[in-house]
Amino acid sequence: MCDTCGCTQPDDAVTIRKPGSVPDHGLEHGHTHTHANGTTHTHAHDHAHDHGHQHEHEHSHGHGHTHTHADGTTHTHEHDHAHDHGHQNTHDHAHGTHSITIETDILQKNNLLAERNRGWFEAKGILALNLVSSPGSGKTSLLERTIRELGGRLPVSVIEGDQQTMNDADRIQKAGAPVVQVNTGNGCHLDADMVHRAFRDLNPPDGSVLLIENVGNLVCPSLFDLGEAKRVVIMSVTEGEDKPLKYPNMFRSADICVINKIDLLPYLDFDLPKAKEYALQVNHHLTFIDLSVKSGEGFDGWLAWLIEQAGK
Amino acid sequence: MHELSIAENIVEIAVASLKGNGRAVVREIELEIGTLSGIEIDALTFAMDAATKHTPLQHAEVRILTVQGRARCNACAAEYDAADFFSPCPACGGFDSTTLQGEEMRVKSLLVQD
Repeated sequence: MCDTCGCTQPDDAVTIRKPGSVPDHGLEHGHTHTHANGTTHTHAHDHAHDHGHQHEHEHSHGHGHTHTHADGTTHTHEHDHAHDHGHQNTHDHAHGTHSITIETDILQKNNLLAERNRGWFEAKGILALNLVSSPGSGKTSLLERTIRELGGRLPVSVIEGDQQTMNDADRIQKAGAPVVQVNTGNGCHLDADMVHRAFRDLNPPDGSVLLIENVGNLVCPSLFDLGEAKRVVIMSVTEGEDKPLKYPNMFRSADICVINKIDLLPYLDFDLPKAKEYALQVNHHLTFIDLSVKSGEGFDGWLAWLIEQAGK
Repeated sequence: MHELSIAENIVEIAVASLKGNGRAVVREIELEIGTLSGIEIDALTFAMDAATKHTPLQHAEVRILTVQGRARCNACAAEYDAADFFSPCPACGGFDSTTLQGEEMRVKSLLVQD
C-alpha cells in the first residue's frame, strides 16, 4: 500500500504531483455501490493503465465427431485444436532451441524518449537543465535563490526528483516557481519518461527555463539522458576534492560544474585548484562557476551563464 | 543501484523480441557491457535475478561479455587500454582523449527453447 495517501498503489511506484495535490496514479473515477442492507455509497478509485504491445495470436477450435463402432453403438465426442501463430523468424538448432539476434542498446528506449523531450523543449524555446550532485551539496538552495534572483526576468519552473517526500517541491513553491515533484520510490535517478510525464503536467511556458533537480546521487543519474540542453554537476567544498575521480561518469557527462559553499573555504582544507584539476582530468571540456548560495558570492556568474544559455 | 532499471530494460527488450510468444522459454541471454559503461557487473547479475522473475527469462543463463575500455589521445593520437576516464595518455601524459570502446551496453542475443 502507498504510504503517502493509503491508496493501493505500491509504495515503490513513481508518483508525479504538484504541491497540495493527491498522488496521481493514473485515471481516476468513482462508483456507486448499493449494499445488501440497502445502504448506498460512492467512492473514487484509481486505475493504472498498462498498455502492453505484445500480440499473441492463439485460438482454439473445438469440433465434434460422430463415431459408429463395430458393435453398432454410436457416440459423439468433442476435441480441440490449438493453433499458434508465431511471428518469429526462427533458426532451428539441433537441441530444440533457436537464437534471436537482438543487438539493441539497453538504454535505447530512454535515449529515444530523451530525444523526444529535447525536441519538445527546442520547439518551445525552453532551456532545460539537468542538475546532478550528491545529497547535501545545495541543489535545492541553489534553485531557491535562482528563482528569487531571476525574479520576473525569466520565467522558471522546476521538476524535483527525490525518492520520497514533497519537501523540496514545497520549498520551490514558496520560492515562487511552478513545480512538479517526482517521487521515484525505490528508484535512484530520474529517467526520460518521468521527465516527460512531469513536464506535460507542468506545461512550462515558451521561452522559459526548466530546472530539473535530479535525485541526489553521483552514480546512477549519469547514465540517463533526460533530454536536457546542459547537464550541471554541483559539488560543494565540504566534500572531498577528489569527488570527480571517485565519480568520473558523472563529471564526464556534465557540461558545467558549479562549486558551492565557497564562503566556507577559510575553515576547510578543501583545495579548490586541485578539485578543478581532477575534474578536468575526467572531462577536458568542463567549465566552472564558484559560488556561495548562502553569501551570494559568485552568484552573478551563475545567473549570467543561465541567461546566456537561455539566449536572452 | 541503477543496475535494477538497467535489468528491467534488458528484460523488456528481450520479451519484446519474443513477439508475443508467451510460451517461449529463454535459455540464455547474452549481454555486452563495457568496462567504462558505469555498470557494476555483480550488481547487474544480482538485479537480473530480481528483474527476470515471472518472465520468460526466469531460468535463463545470463552471459555477460565485457568490452575492455580503449581510448585515443587527442594530442598525440596514441591508442591505449583505458581502465578509467581520468588516467593520462601513457605516451604523452595528456588528459584529452576520445573513448573508442568500453561504453557498450547492449543486449546481443537470446537462446530460446522451441
